[in-house]
Amino acid sequence: MHEMALCESILGILKDQAESQAFSRVDRVCLEVGLLSGVETEALRFGFDVVMRGSLAEGARLEIVSPPALAWCMPCAEQVEIKQRFDPCPTCGSHQLQVTSGEELRIKELEVS
Amino acid sequence: MCTVCGCAEGEVRIEGRPSHGQEGNGGHPHVHDHHDHDQAGHHHDHHHHDYGRGEAGASVPGMSQSRMIQLEQDILSKNNSYAARNRAYFEERGILALNLVSSPGSGKTTLLVETLRRMAADVPCSVIEGDQQTSNDAERIRETGVKALQINTGKGCHLDGHMIGHALEHLDPDEGSCVFIENVGNLVCPAAFDLGEAHKVAILSVTEGEDKPLKYPDMFAAADLMLLNKTDLLPHLDFDVDLAIANARKVNPGIKALCVSARSGEGLEGWINWIRAAHAMQRIGHVASPAAE
Ligand SMILES: Nc1nc2c(ncn2[C@@H]2O[C@H](COP(=O)(O)OP(=O)(O)O)[C@@H](O)[C@H]2O)c(=O)[nH]1
Ligand SMILES: [Mg+2]
Ligand SMILES: [Zn+2]
Repeated sequence: MHEMALCESILGILKDQAESQAFSRVDRVCLEVGLLSGVETEALRFGFDVVMRGSLAEGARLEIVSPPALAWCMPCAEQVEIKQRFDPCPTCGSHQLQVTSGEELRIKELEVS
Repeated sequence: MCTVCGCAEGEVRIEGRPSHGQEGNGGHPHVHDHHDHDQAGHHHDHHHHDYGRGEAGASVPGMSQSRMIQLEQDILSKNNSYAARNRAYFEERGILALNLVSSPGSGKTTLLVETLRRMAADVPCSVIEGDQQTSNDAERIRETGVKALQINTGKGCHLDGHMIGHALEHLDPDEGSCVFIENVGNLVCPAAFDLGEAHKVAILSVTEGEDKPLKYPDMFAAADLMLLNKTDLLPHLDFDVDLAIANARKVNPGIKALCVSARSGEGLEGWINWIRAAHAMQRIGHVASPAAE
């Protein structure tokens, strides 16, 4: 779905960086895609190859790290790990959770030449 | 594609015309480069990742070689900055902007038409309609006498902050008015793209499953209000309203839920009261001095 649009955003950022940081080729892109970012990494990989074709990042390696989903449980007053947004607190069963990590959708680093 | 924000610009149409027909007061030049001609000329570079590096990866001084760049940049940063610009636009003018999201057919347009019939006489309103292809929805809105602008996203499955920025140049909504944005019917992608709205409103019709909030948790997490529409059909269905609301609250404990029927008008008063309250909140910020930024 919107993985394609995300890949186009990535390409836009790469082009901007190529200009400001003076490189002409991207060999590797490392992304941080949280478990709760709503992104399917398979679709992202597919879209990446398609969108980068014919660009400065054609054939670039795509690495994806997925930070875990963490939430602050209000009743427990502590941070707990969840797998999905609708998961209850694994300790007390409450849904009074505030997501604190897992929504990341970032380009972490690039290898360029 | 627009290289500034990365949206799939080529197909986007505002009222049938390309969204970059005439650039307003600039701020962002649009470079429509056609896929890196310079790159294409350098075939000798391809497949030579190690150019400039020795056998064992040791670098050879004086030759171009690969290097690492720590970026830590949000992939949606461009969209977010367009959204922030839209939000500032709305705030400066005391305009309430609502982003209506749902699956196709949940009743967004019907609900808007009925809402405008009840509100537009005393609150200035306008509508931005997002659809992949047709302009039927904008026409349905205009029949109520309210101004509406159609954005066609082509293959794009969501509106983005950049499109809304351009739409606002054309729509020119009144100070202190309400702007309703009907997003493309899709419960996945619009969740990720901030438009600069004050609130997302998710519409779920009772002909869909009670588990929709669990299947599309990102959308229900992003919304401040859920409207359960088509309640006139409840007698014919075994839809469990309490379960649907409980599911939405699992994802988003703070979400408000209202039951409405755009067909019979049942419950619309509550929804309109909610809009009026949100509108009042937005204008409080407008009236007060802009000390608190
Ligand atoms: N029974 C019933 N039908 C509705 C209601 N609201 C919308 N519809 C119907 O649902 C269909 C889709 O509505 P529409 O407003 O186009 O949905 P949208 O795709 O979300 O904009 C149309 O046939 C509407 O007449 C409602 O409250 N009750
Ligand atoms: Mg519609
Ligand atoms: Zn707990």
